[in-house]
Amino acid sequence: MEMNKRTAQSDIVLVVTICLLIAMLGTAVRAAEKKLLTIKGSDTMVHLVSSWAEAFMKSSPNAEVAVTGGGSGTGIAALINGTTEICASSRDMKEKEKQQAKEKGVEVKEVVVARDGIAVVVNPKNPIKEIDMQQLAQIFTGATARWNQLGGDEEEILVFSRESSSGTYVFFQEHVLKNKDYTPKAKLMPATSAIIESVSSDRGAIGYVGLGYALAAGDKVKILAVKADANSLAVMPSDQTVINGSYPVARPLYLYVGNKASQNAAAFVDFCLSDAGQAIVRESGYVSVKK
Amino acid sequence: MKRVWKEKLVEWSLRWTASISILIVICIFVFILKEAAPFAKHPGLSELFGFRWVPVSAQKESFGIIPLVTGSVLVTVLAMLLTIPFGVGAAVYISELSNSLERELLKPFIELLAGIPSVVIGFFGLVVLVPLVKSCFGLATGLTAFSGAILLALMAIPTVTSISEDALRSVPRSYKEASLALGASRMRTIWRVTVPAALPGIMAAVMLGTGRVIGETMAVMMVTGNAAIITFWPFDSVRTMTATIAAEMGEVAFGSDHYGALFCVGIILLLATFGLNIAAQKVLRKYRMS
Repeated sequence: MEMNKRTAQSDIVLVVTICLLIAMLGTAVRAAEKKLLTIKGSDTMVHLVSSWAEAFMKSSPNAEVAVTGGGSGTGIAALINGTTEICASSRDMKEKEKQQAKEKGVEVKEVVVARDGIAVVVNPKNPIKEIDMQQLAQIFTGATARWNQLGGDEEEILVFSRESSSGTYVFFQEHVLKNKDYTPKAKLMPATSAIIESVSSDRGAIGYVGLGYALAAGDKVKILAVKADANSLAVMPSDQTVINGSYPVARPLYLYVGNKASQNAAAFVDFCLSDAGQAIVRESGYVSVKK
Repeated sequence: MKRVWKEKLVEWSLRWTASISILIVICIFVFILKEAAPFAKHPGLSELFGFRWVPVSAQKESFGIIPLVTGSVLVTVLAMLLTIPFGVGAAVYISELSNSLERELLKPFIELLAGIPSVVIGFFGLVVLVPLVKSCFGLATGLTAFSGAILLALMAIPTVTSISEDALRSVPRSYKEASLALGASRMRTIWRVTVPAALPGIMAAVMLGTGRVIGETMAVMMVTGNAAIITFWPFDSVRTMTATIAAEMGEVAFGSDHYGALFCVGIILLLATFGLNIAAQKVLRKYRMS
């Protein structure tokens, strides 16, 4: 009786072990069948690209997509060095970078997959409602230091920016600051969420974030309407104003694909541009490239 | 015969495992020097002594590390001002005044503090400490050098406490007994005899703590605001050398001026911590001999 019990027990152990082994083998084989597609780049786009990746993996089950952020610059560098197949970027590749890619034998294809408005956000207690591009440039270069110079409260302006590795940093510098340098007093925050957090708690704060993030933050921050110049109308950022070009701080979002990329990479880009892909763009708070 | 060979082999491989860290330190030095070398040729080391750190610019990039150095120095000095009284005070209490039950309770908790990952401390800082500093001091923002210093003090206190405590404990009993026998009170004995006798060890503890504070990255990056300005006012934002490397290394193009500049910052950081560690070792050694 004793004996039987023991053998029965060891039998169970054996069966369980075999089952486990088979299961492990199965996953190993499956993983080998699936081709891993890596996408690296813009932090702004991480959420969007992950949503695409999820939907894409559902529609084509033998594709595995890994999405990482780190900043557009990081993604472009990875594409040039061949450590990623697709790079998601919130700014266009500079000539210098295209040249570097060519030297390494990588021909890069540029695809605009969505559009994004950059929202300028201030603390909800700030009475300012609208601002023009020149005033923005003066604030972020440090020429304007107090809110009362713009008709606001007697309060120092606290400038919040992303770190210089961010595509949004470069875009904002090119399009709003007209290539001037940020004020050295600008606080460079490591993440968009840190900007939202700081702007919502500090009265004198001003910062810039992707429109999707600004809308998601709800009442924590106030989005400013932006005028292209002192005489034009103030425009709130929205899908419509970003598409029709009336909102001045908007940009295209890119996927860059190297010429050595796999078929999966091409299929992924096609998927992003498809109706299903563009529906995800709208859900994520960005603006579709198709009307 | 065979056994002798076996022992030789074991000894030889153990020697390797022991000396591999020397090899790694040398490798790190060589690698960092190699990556920083092109910067010395172009744009030249004099560029490093500028007053502006603007690595990404359409106008003119400048790589003056003075604001970064002053940022690190400010945060470190403030952190040590907070660490020394708390760290050494705790060590004095644990080694001289506490009963064994208190010691059993206090020591593990202080060691636990040392084990908290810095990113967790940083997150705590961003969510709890930064708003607190802002409202306590009536500031426009809590993202200041002072907030960073508080977090760094949290991380340095365990190091300083446990090494100081070792130093205090190894003061010979006869010193204390002699002092007490001469009629000095307990407190007088602690401050006039035990602590001075352990002072070299306490100094070494403070130096090692400073090394930890200078090298810390994540927590500082999250709460100091990272503005590269030259300031010695605790309630300004600062950008430390470590935060600069962490924030910018990911994006930088290989072989560019910016890349070289970041390695130069790394060398300065390495020399600072290296110097502090060597000084601390020297002090400790001297103390053991006396």
